[in-house]
Amino acid sequence: MSEQKLFTLRNPWFGAAVGITGGIAVLSFLAGLIWLPLAQPDLKISGIWDAICSAAGVPRAAPQSSVQQPDFKTSSVVLTSEMLTHPDQVSIGRGATLAQRCAICHGPEGVSDANSPNLAGQFAAVTYKELNDFKAGARVNVVMSPFAATMSNQDMLDIAAYYAYLPRVPSNKIDAELAAPRIVVTGAPMRNIPPCGACHGDIDTKAGSPWLGGQSAVYIKAQLEAFASGSRHNDISQQMRNIARQMTGEEIDQVARYYAAQP
Amino acid sequence: MLINKRLILAHFWLAFAVFGLALILGAWQMFVRSPFNAWHFNPEFYYRSVTAHGSAMGYVFPTLIAMGFGYAITEATLEKPLVGVRWAWAGFALVAVGAVVAMIPVSLGLASVLYTFYPPMVGNPFYYIGVVMVVVGSWIWVALMSINLMIWKRDNPDRPVPLAMFANVAGSYLWGWTAVGAALEIIFLILPVALGLRSTIDAGLARVFFSWTLHAIVYFWLIPTYIAYYTIFPRAIGGRLYSDAMARISFILFVVVAMPIGVHHLFADPQVGAGFKFMHSVFTGLVTLPTLLTIFTICASAEIASRLRGGRGAFGWVRALPWQNPIMLATALSLVMLGFGGAGGIINMSYQLDATIHNTQWITGHFHLIFGGAIVIMYFAIAYDLWPHLTGRAMDHFGLMRTQLWLWFIGMIVTTFPWHYVGILGMPRRMAFYDYANPAISPQTFSVGMSAVGGLILLTSGVLFFVVLIRGQRAERSDAGAYRFSVPIHMPARIPVALNSFGLWLTLMVGLTVVNYGYPIAQLLVLKQTNVPAIYVGASR
Repeated sequence: MSEQKLFTLRNPWFGAAVGITGGIAVLSFLAGLIWLPLAQPDLKISGIWDAICSAAGVPRAAPQSSVQQPDFKTSSVVLTSEMLTHPDQVSIGRGATLAQRCAICHGPEGVSDANSPNLAGQFAAVTYKELNDFKAGARVNVVMSPFAATMSNQDMLDIAAYYAYLPRVPSNKIDAELAAPRIVVTGAPMRNIPPCGACHGDIDTKAGSPWLGGQSAVYIKAQLEAFASGSRHNDISQQMRNIARQMTGEEIDQVARYYAAQP
Repeated sequence: MLINKRLILAHFWLAFAVFGLALILGAWQMFVRSPFNAWHFNPEFYYRSVTAHGSAMGYVFPTLIAMGFGYAITEATLEKPLVGVRWAWAGFALVAVGAVVAMIPVSLGLASVLYTFYPPMVGNPFYYIGVVMVVVGSWIWVALMSINLMIWKRDNPDRPVPLAMFANVAGSYLWGWTAVGAALEIIFLILPVALGLRSTIDAGLARVFFSWTLHAIVYFWLIPTYIAYYTIFPRAIGGRLYSDAMARISFILFVVVAMPIGVHHLFADPQVGAGFKFMHSVFTGLVTLPTLLTIFTICASAEIASRLRGGRGAFGWVRALPWQNPIMLATALSLVMLGFGGAGGIINMSYQLDATIHNTQWITGHFHLIFGGAIVIMYFAIAYDLWPHLTGRAMDHFGLMRTQLWLWFIGMIVTTFPWHYVGILGMPRRMAFYDYANPAISPQTFSVGMSAVGGLILLTSGVLFFVVLIRGQRAERSDAGAYRFSVPIHMPARIPVALNSFGLWLTLMVGLTVVNYGYPIAQLLVLKQTNVPAIYVGASR
């Protein structure tokens, strides 16, 4: 056996083994790196060499198509989870003075029955972001926009600090019996809706997401409908618009009623 | 002729001891994440346990089985004492010490990175050092197998290498080459980060290196099982092997195409081009060939044995097989699990179909069915077959063995079939906790519960296995005679040099590795900005 030569074309095992292995490798190369890329019109391959480079994974510059700009202003506020969590007393005091002008709608203690948001105890980052968006025009409201237009950055920081400092006043509509709707607890995975509670309390609180407990049901419903229609669009990365668009009218009512009845 | 029985027994006992501990961990994992357990445990313990279970079952247990069985094959087929016994003990010690070194940081919660490492997660350096020690210990075995074969060939230039030895050395070469990928990953990418010399890691390149090891390692685990199919099963049921050449071709095919296919584990990864994924997919498809050849040859061998015993008819011969024989039973159950597992594997290797089950519980089900089922049940059979020859004591609790094998089979089916199903429903793998109250997850509750019951059945079977082994170790002394392997129908007097040597096949193996891995690795080495910050597991935040 040992006198047989193996690495020679005269040995049929050698020729067959190398030929078959090499043949399969070449065929799979041709199919995987040339034929299949060319067969996919979406890839926009310009030639054989381009097909090979594309299928081999050579990094290519992204197509230089122009980015479509929205026809409205978007929010430019950047929030971090630590932001505005340690306000100083002077800021809160200045905020208390500045907030006099807000009392007519938001109540002297940050709580009102006027179906405008209750601001007492709201996270400072939330109030600050909304004021900024009103001022910049990313969020528009006939009443709020003129108020915000004249505020300085420090004014907005102070007002936000003041309202965060006020204790949340228990709503007179609390209903502990009301069970949390499914959308609040588990969301709707098949419609790509995360649980409301994952950002707005109950499960977790995320930076920039307002505390919804005790807010007016009319206000919550109006905002969800505004997100769904796109008339409100200051949510970063369309988070709320994507969610609200997928929600049914019934779910919006449930959520509004539920949060209005929470502390 | 088994001479170094203590060496072989030491490998088997350590292997099964590690297997027993990891089996308990596995059953615990199945219980804590099942609906039977209200969630009241620290999920970190789950990942510790998964890391320990995977490292023990993946790296230590099958490696020791392959090594011990390899030494037994060497002495039994070459009919002379093993050359390099001291080196063999040194290899054994490296594996044993390496396993302990790796397991200490894992049990302290400092290396809960799972046995597949998953960079950019980085754990305690001793975990990786322990794994490297296990691999280096097994490389000593690879070298010894090769040396022993070379010496025998020099002394017996005109005799064909015995089939069992040929397959054993094929498995050792396959392992020697396939372990290189993980070794490169650990030494050049992970360890510098784990030791604090660097704080970023090229996670994509690391995963490509690991895929080099990750798939062929399964074939390394599989080789002892296939050796048992070809060289123990026909003899044990009183028949002959249908074809010696077919067997050699199967093992050769494993050497050549089992390795350059690992990128099918990275179908969802962005760092490898689609063209190379396709090529790996094609070669993964080719690995079905040696398995199909094997199923044909083994069924033909069974038919021969049955007809020798008086079996008749197109299918009537199946009934005449010696079903009371544990080896017969184990092989049949193994082939059934191999069939289902292989069918699932064909789905995994298809570039498009993989997307439906990638990283779901289906994958866990698949590799448990193949490895835990088809492969490990033959490890039991190998132990049952070898034990009397190693201990010099009778082992005749056949009823107990059959119960054990049936329980293992039933347990594995009850465990893995529901896993496949919940995988299709979308259940992700590697999760410590599932909220079964969630409407999207609740349809999986029953199936996951069922698989946990399967885990308990497997644990029971594991206990029975140790009962059989320990009883065998304490039985009356009796001479089991010389250990023999199956004889083919046509004993080869002369065979082509290609079927008697490895040079050509190793060349093709390395060549295909260069073709299929060369560009993806070279590209990632050259590309800048592919490093990401490491995430140190167990570090205080």
